[in-house]
Amino acid sequence: MESSGSQCVKQDCPFQWQSVFTTKVQYQSKNLCFVHLSRFLLFFSLQTFEKLLIANRGEIACRVIKTCKKMGIKTVAIHSDVDANAVHVKMADEAVCVGPAPTSKSYLNMDAIMEVIKKTRAQAVHPGYGFLSENKEFARRLASEGVTFIGPDTHAIQAMGDKIESKLLAKNAKVNTIPGFDGVVKDADEAVRIAREIGYPVMIKASAGGGGKGMRIAWDDEETREGFRFSSQEAASSFGDDRLLIEKFIDNPRHIEIQVLADKHGNALWLNERECSIQRRNQKVVEEAPSTFLDPETRRAMGEQAVALAKAVKYSSAGTVEFLVDSSKNFYFLEMNTRLQVEHPVTECITGLDLVQEMIRVAKGYPLRHKQADIPINGWAVECRVYAEDPYKSFGLPSIGKLSQYQEPLHVPSVRVDSGIQQGSDISIYYDPMISKLITYGSNRAEALKRMEEALDNYVIRGVAHNISLLREVIIHPRFVQGDISTKFLPEVYPDGFKGHKLTDLERRELLATAASLYVAEQLRSQRFLGTPRIPIAKSKQSSWELSVRLGDGIYPVAVSKDGSSFSVEVDGMKLNVTSEWNLASPLLSVTIDGTQRTIQRLSRNASGDTSIQFLGTVYKLQILTKVAAELSKYMPEKAAEDTSSILRSPMPGAVVAVSVKPGDMVSEGQEICVIEAMKMQNSMIAAKTGKVKAVHCKAGDTVGEGDLLVELE
Amino acid sequence: SRKKNKRIYFDEYDMFVEHRCSDFGMDSSKNKYPGDSVVTGRGRINGRLAYVFSQDFTVFGGSLSGAHAQKICKVMDQAAMVGAPVIGLNDSGGARIQEGVESLAGYADIFLDTSYLFITGPDVVKSVTNEDVTQEQLGGAKTHTSVSGVAHRAFENDIDALLNLREFFNYLPLSNRDPAPVRECHDPSDRLVPELDMLVPIESTKAYDMLDIIHSIADEREFFEIMPSYARNIVVGFARMNGRTVGIVGNQPKVASGCLDINSSVKGARFVRFCDAFNIPLITFVDVPGFLPGTAQEYGGIIRHGAKLLFAFAEATVPKITIITRKAYGGAYDVMSSKHLRGDANYAWPTAEVAVMGAKGAVQIIFRGKEADAEAEYVDKFANPFPAAMRGFVDDIIQPSTTRVRICHDLDVLASKTQSSPWKKHANIPL
Repeated sequence: MESSGSQCVKQDCPFQWQSVFTTKVQYQSKNLCFVHLSRFLLFFSLQTFEKLLIANRGEIACRVIKTCKKMGIKTVAIHSDVDANAVHVKMADEAVCVGPAPTSKSYLNMDAIMEVIKKTRAQAVHPGYGFLSENKEFARRLASEGVTFIGPDTHAIQAMGDKIESKLLAKNAKVNTIPGFDGVVKDADEAVRIAREIGYPVMIKASAGGGGKGMRIAWDDEETREGFRFSSQEAASSFGDDRLLIEKFIDNPRHIEIQVLADKHGNALWLNERECSIQRRNQKVVEEAPSTFLDPETRRAMGEQAVALAKAVKYSSAGTVEFLVDSSKNFYFLEMNTRLQVEHPVTECITGLDLVQEMIRVAKGYPLRHKQADIPINGWAVECRVYAEDPYKSFGLPSIGKLSQYQEPLHVPSVRVDSGIQQGSDISIYYDPMISKLITYGSNRAEALKRMEEALDNYVIRGVAHNISLLREVIIHPRFVQGDISTKFLPEVYPDGFKGHKLTDLERRELLATAASLYVAEQLRSQRFLGTPRIPIAKSKQSSWELSVRLGDGIYPVAVSKDGSSFSVEVDGMKLNVTSEWNLASPLLSVTIDGTQRTIQRLSRNASGDTSIQFLGTVYKLQILTKVAAELSKYMPEKAAEDTSSILRSPMPGAVVAVSVKPGDMVSEGQEICVIEAMKMQNSMIAAKTGKVKAVHCKAGDTVGEGDLLVELE
Repeated sequence: SRKKNKRIYFDEYDMFVEHRCSDFGMDSSKNKYPGDSVVTGRGRINGRLAYVFSQDFTVFGGSLSGAHAQKICKVMDQAAMVGAPVIGLNDSGGARIQEGVESLAGYADIFLDTSYLFITGPDVVKSVTNEDVTQEQLGGAKTHTSVSGVAHRAFENDIDALLNLREFFNYLPLSNRDPAPVRECHDPSDRLVPELDMLVPIESTKAYDMLDIIHSIADEREFFEIMPSYARNIVVGFARMNGRTVGIVGNQPKVASGCLDINSSVKGARFVRFCDAFNIPLITFVDVPGFLPGTAQEYGGIIRHGAKLLFAFAEATVPKITIITRKAYGGAYDVMSSKHLRGDANYAWPTAEVAVMGAKGAVQIIFRGKEADAEAEYVDKFANPFPAAMRGFVDDIIQPSTTRVRICHDLDVLASKTQSSPWKKHANIPL
């Protein structure tokens, strides 16, 4: 496909979104157009459903509605009361409120949803992901009403939903599972024998211990004996349960998953893999397809096992088989997700399939229309999950608020944005804080990543904190670029937490020069009045400015002189030429600094000289003063800093779940003071020092904003 | 500030003036300072003329001497003659606040933490009323910007205050004989603001932030708020629309449901009169459930104070554009730059409810609780903008996203508005 695209200006995603997505997708050759024409005709020759209900919200609901529109299916959206103005509600042909904001009362409220289905006479339901997508009870109730569930049947949902059963099924279908032993081990020799059978390295722990507690890794016989001794002691003393778990230890694991698609006639396909190793707190952040790590043999082997498993459970619809892959390309079954995955767009980009459309067709009973040999890997696709969260706090703590400005980077070529929000939308504490999925496509990985960088720089999100800075750092990190990643990537690369982009000397000069130029452009504009007042305005002849710019802990003298339409800026003994249109109202500013083009965003400015600029993805706070003002600042009284150890502020917006102290109580350092819940997380707020509680400013049930005062100590 | 820098064009006056006091050894040469305790002169801010006086605390604590006063009067007289503003920087142990000057003197700036302003100090207070109070509590920046309403803004320090003053200065005409200034604008006047279509919550009891509306409509989201910490149930300040300075008044549903009380009425009235005095068009955003009830308000004279706002809007002859975003109930509706007060363009969003009062209260009064369905009927009849539109009380019901476009067009047309009031020595605002 790539080779035939020679006469085309842009190489773009072959994915067929031109009518539904506003991306600038262009087609590569005439014969491809012919293929599309025949597919186009196919749409109309196949009847599926007249009306479909989407039991979800946000971007995935919008995503499903787009395909339904393409297929001529009428759509019904459901929503909670706070979502009445949501994008998915506006996009759907009909929308019905199913309850108040909490998901248990709305999007998980089966009774209400069943009622809507009856009332609107929807013939099918697409559950999206999350919510009721893997709920067998919901699937069963739909079946009993004669409504089609767009997904696998209840049997597959049930089988794959059970960890033990799914492993057993996988084993029987000859799918690699993590080899291991769970039971009483007589002595160290037996432990060594088991370990050798499994193959080193192995992980040894007490069966009764949860999670990674008391886990020991053994790389040889000696370490196995030692591990046996400790773990068996611990098993007996701590748990009173002698059983041990000896399991293959997957070192440096990658999370790679295979997309499968199966119909109700026993056919199943694998649609290649997705690499989802970049995670934080077990949540994926960056995904791509294909994976840099798999060779064609491994890919085929994984694909065939995934298909074998799908067939074993008589799977129909789209599904995902997740594997852990170790550094020697051994892969082990983890679990199967019986729904459409969040990261499905990357598969769509490289295969050209519309998974939602295929799911709907399959649910209607049509056989698959592709053969395994028809499934290509065309180019490379990368997806970044853009979240409303503060990446500087444990790689992302939720942030809420109103999107005061929002502009998707759709002017960048080969960009797809799946979102369910728009300018003015509220990111609330009730739902997932995902803003969008940003997908870029290229003929190869480097091209896709380059476009991602550009897309991230051109993404305007104001009003809430977002993780663009983290995403951008990840995709340009040398380890990521080389494909050297694992599920531990973030903690390994940022052991002390994410701190934003680290400016090189040159980048710092570029930032200072840009900020100073913007300041001068603003100053010059302040003198340009239209009309003629009675006292004429004196035209300024000033053509050079001496400024003092504070950035972080440093204060830098910066000299700016106007040079025609551009500025010549001297900073740190280096002269830089800065050119731009200086449109001071535009949220995006394209600046050329000594020939290097950068897209920056000025997020705020005020009369006091404070400016914040998003540069290379990270937001920098600067203060720009004239040299005179900066010199006089020395004489200004210093403001006393707030003693932060005796006050407790909410680190994020959320709801107060519990307050465990009252005024007058003594608390010790590290003691829990209250619990704040935001999105799905409960966060324990602890005392920073020992002392007496002076005042409590919150109570259980309160909603608090970021930085709100919770408790004061004396 | 006396230093002459090549780039700072400041022409100082009366540098050789000395005080004429001879008592208590003041006439000795070491107690004479050229220029005395105030610096006066003129200069340009962004090319625009301004006169300045700045009291100098390093000379006798900035105290007001005859010579000192004479110097200030000289710049004031000249400023009034040419029609340019005077900026006063007060730093004096015994200064009298100079008021009623051409322009800026009305907007005194005081600085956070280091400034105090009171008629009588804490010692006198203690001896007369036996109250224990610190200087900061009695007349600090926080007191005057949030409790007394004496000061309009507080800033971190002198430099911060001056930088903000420069910004503020750019919004104002040089005198009441000039039209509102129009600065070069990069923000398209026909920019749609789609988020406004869903900004007002569906439940009419739910709050939202009026500042979100103001920021999204104004040029480049810039809004110079006046008295941001005082009577926060009304928002006033300056912005630009397609480059032209406008004064914005808005009820703030986030604070006390945006109701009008004594303090917010007085704050709004003062601002409206300022704009009218300086030819600055007024844009009013209305979401007001009414006047705040209660004995405190009634005994405090809410009728008299609310009338100030009514009077100010009625009296103003500058272009007046009003947008009803949600509630416009009762007397408060009339007060908020309604059509009845000579509004030039009065619009309602589809969420507007122009009525005598909320449906619940109205039904209680009409039916004394006997009619269950009446509330729904009342909502149907009045909780929408149509009855008002049918009577011409609002000129149009507009899509909220088009509000910026409409205002910009109206301001263009209204730029040549002339309106006169019957001759009088001065208007008789209910003080």
